[in-house]
Amino acid sequence: MNDIRVRLSQNAALLTAIAIFILSYVFYNMNHPRGFSVAVLIQNSNEVFTLAMVAMAQTVPVLMGGLDLSVGAIMTLVNTIASHLLNGSPLQIALGMVISLAAGAACGFVNGCIVVYGRIQPIIATLATGAIFLGLALFLRPSPGGNVDDDLSWAATNDLYEIAATYGYAQNGEAAWFQPISWIPVPLVLLVLVAVLVWLPFARSVTGRTVYAVGSGEGAAYMSGLPIDRAKIAAFTLGGFFAGIGGLYLTLQTSSGNADIPQAGAYTLNSIAAVVIGGTSLLGGVGTAIGSIFGALILRTISFNFRIFEIDPLMQPLFEGVVLLAAVSLGAFRVLRVKNTLELFR
Amino acid sequence: MSTAQRDPIQAHVQLTGVTKRYGGVTALDNVDFECELGSVHAVLGENGAGKSTLIKIMSGVVQPDEGEIRLNGTPVSFSHPAAANAQGIVCIFQELSLLSDLSVADNISIADPPRRFGLIDGKAQRRRAEELLARIGCEDVNPMSRVRDLPLSRRQMVEIAKALAKNPNVLILDEATSALTAADVETVFDILRRLRDDGISILTISHRMHEIEAIADKCSVFRNGRHIETFQQGARSEGEIVQMMIGREITAHFPPKPPPPDAPKPMLQLEKYSWEDKLKSIDLSVGAGEIVGLGGLDGQGQKELLLGLFGVLKGTSGQVTVQGKAVDINSPQDAKRAGVDLALIPEDRKTEGLMLPMSIADNLTIASLKRLSRGIFVDGDALTAAVEDGIQRMQIKVGSNSDPVSTLSGGNQQKVVIAKWLMTDPKIILLNDPTRGIDVGTKQEIYRLLRNLAETGASIIYYSTDYEELIGCCDRVAVMYDGEIVRELQGDEINERNIIASALKMDEAAE
Repeated sequence: MNDIRVRLSQNAALLTAIAIFILSYVFYNMNHPRGFSVAVLIQNSNEVFTLAMVAMAQTVPVLMGGLDLSVGAIMTLVNTIASHLLNGSPLQIALGMVISLAAGAACGFVNGCIVVYGRIQPIIATLATGAIFLGLALFLRPSPGGNVDDDLSWAATNDLYEIAATYGYAQNGEAAWFQPISWIPVPLVLLVLVAVLVWLPFARSVTGRTVYAVGSGEGAAYMSGLPIDRAKIAAFTLGGFFAGIGGLYLTLQTSSGNADIPQAGAYTLNSIAAVVIGGTSLLGGVGTAIGSIFGALILRTISFNFRIFEIDPLMQPLFEGVVLLAAVSLGAFRVLRVKNTLELFR
Repeated sequence: MSTAQRDPIQAHVQLTGVTKRYGGVTALDNVDFECELGSVHAVLGENGAGKSTLIKIMSGVVQPDEGEIRLNGTPVSFSHPAAANAQGIVCIFQELSLLSDLSVADNISIADPPRRFGLIDGKAQRRRAEELLARIGCEDVNPMSRVRDLPLSRRQMVEIAKALAKNPNVLILDEATSALTAADVETVFDILRRLRDDGISILTISHRMHEIEAIADKCSVFRNGRHIETFQQGARSEGEIVQMMIGREITAHFPPKPPPPDAPKPMLQLEKYSWEDKLKSIDLSVGAGEIVGLGGLDGQGQKELLLGLFGVLKGTSGQVTVQGKAVDINSPQDAKRAGVDLALIPEDRKTEGLMLPMSIADNLTIASLKRLSRGIFVDGDALTAAVEDGIQRMQIKVGSNSDPVSTLSGGNQQKVVIAKWLMTDPKIILLNDPTRGIDVGTKQEIYRLLRNLAETGASIIYYSTDYEELIGCCDRVAVMYDGEIVRELQGDEINERNIIASALKMDEAAE
């Protein structure tokens, strides 16, 4: 019983984010003419996936106490790379996907090495590398365009049925056992897969634990004999990998590559907002990438609601800002409960 | 010494000709030192004597410039703490090495968590934490709680559990008992004795003589980076040891107390002062020129009383009267304003006392900028003069005023904290365990300073975890138990027996 209380109180921010998302998403569907339909769900998941990835990418350096200003740029660079490679034979396409993801991870690795061996603060190191990544992206795609395999693009951005039908699995999606799950949108499946197969194992690895430890107190982490340099490089590399998944998906979603600099910036800033809304402390040490997914979901649900209520889209940044402030203020409520003001500074 | 003839007890860790320099300062000077299997070895010395450097070298935090370390006769060198841990040398450092955002179980297994399929096994880790916590008598700590949420004394016990989790064969304790309650110290000593009997070498640094008497088999005294002497515990008197440590005779540990004044003008009065469940209807009066000690076991509300007075705690109730006027103190800013004139020497100088990267001069003047300003600008000349004055007054050993305060030794850092507050001309000085982890010489300077301040009319409330200090320094001692003052001792009543008896709330008939 005591354990449950401890767990609840330690995950209060995450639980709040989940609750806010569920409420706002149900509200959206209730007001949508075709609410609670698979078509709406597929469209929404497509719109959410890339930001969710970039938000996860941002979470890892933030847990370590740093900020990564290059996540949007990595996403954009991978987008331009993938727009050249995702075509040809299945083998070529598969290779193209591997190269794209590897490029994302490599960008993160470079960030990590600069931070660790250059002893430069993450925020400034990634400001610089982000500009470089965008420069490379512009070089690869001076103007929007690209050649992306149509089948893959179609299959990746619809429900599971379309994957089966496109590639001839499960009797072209007609198998009886497949029916209960055939409606699930592919991006949602991917999101869960990435969270379960990449994030959760990472968080339970010694390297992942070290990332939390560095964010909580680097000196103590060092004195505990933890592999700090390795963890820092791993954190940025994993961040780059997540951003790369985002860039790859963006390519499939838009069937093209576009070195869109304002878009890269917007994704970076939204990723930070998503991380904070998801309950991760910007000081590091506390939080999880799962929370950031919900942070991204909340941000996107806001814009969904804007669409159906036909509010002037120009109002959207203002509203998102208010939500961000509200989220941060929720976290600040603990301040009111603290009876020993000295604890506020610890 | 010939290596052919060995004592029956084998030297476990042996240092030969070890020298370590930091810039121009020689921290360890050609030190030969050994630590035997199955003994508790105490290292004594003032701050700056080289004790910390010694254990840092043994535990792989720093590397010696010259000399050799042998472990069971084999030369070893440790490039980082993990390398020393791998050889079974584990150190519990004075500065807590816990990660406050991680859970107790995470922390205990941080270096080598139990794993399944390469991933950390949460359940096994928790079981391990529960076992170790039970072993050190801390069943009350939930392994899932964040370390952040534990009180300091519990954190220190978690630190000890963490060290035990590494299965040490050489265990080094650097002031590891300084934040513990008396009951915890006994538990820890029992564990240390058991470990020693199992053949583990234990090296301990402590400034508390009675603890050394209770636990050590051998003692080594260091002074100015040199190993002065090693002897069987009990072979030297306390006076001789102190003499070796400081190299000069000390006539009295504490300055003499003046006779109690007839009716001191009350400076600070508390009536029914309460906060949450930590302070329960405290009545206390402190007169001008009086030093009032707060005694009792750790965590009975002494710290909260000081923090509350200084405006750090929200929601206190009761009446606080300063110099005859009722006051309402809601922040440290309120506490130091004219008419209240409070100063608090905080518990943890690294986080609450100093801004470590800022210069000595900045730290000294940071609490009195207002009085050192003309208009909105700080007066440079006044500032320089004030800094000089503060350094003189406290005899702080500094290279340059503009050096970061983090470059000073612990004792000198604490002097900076005290000088900073004296600069505000406080009428009431609250001290929260100011001599924790400080060398004997600096401690005595602080005792003398407190007496001098009292003689000039200041009121002092002095919380110390060390009974000797309360007995030696205070005109009165208020012993606290569970948020209440259970007894006030005065004059000859202030002795160890009375303090301990009241701290444990034992029957006063025991006299």
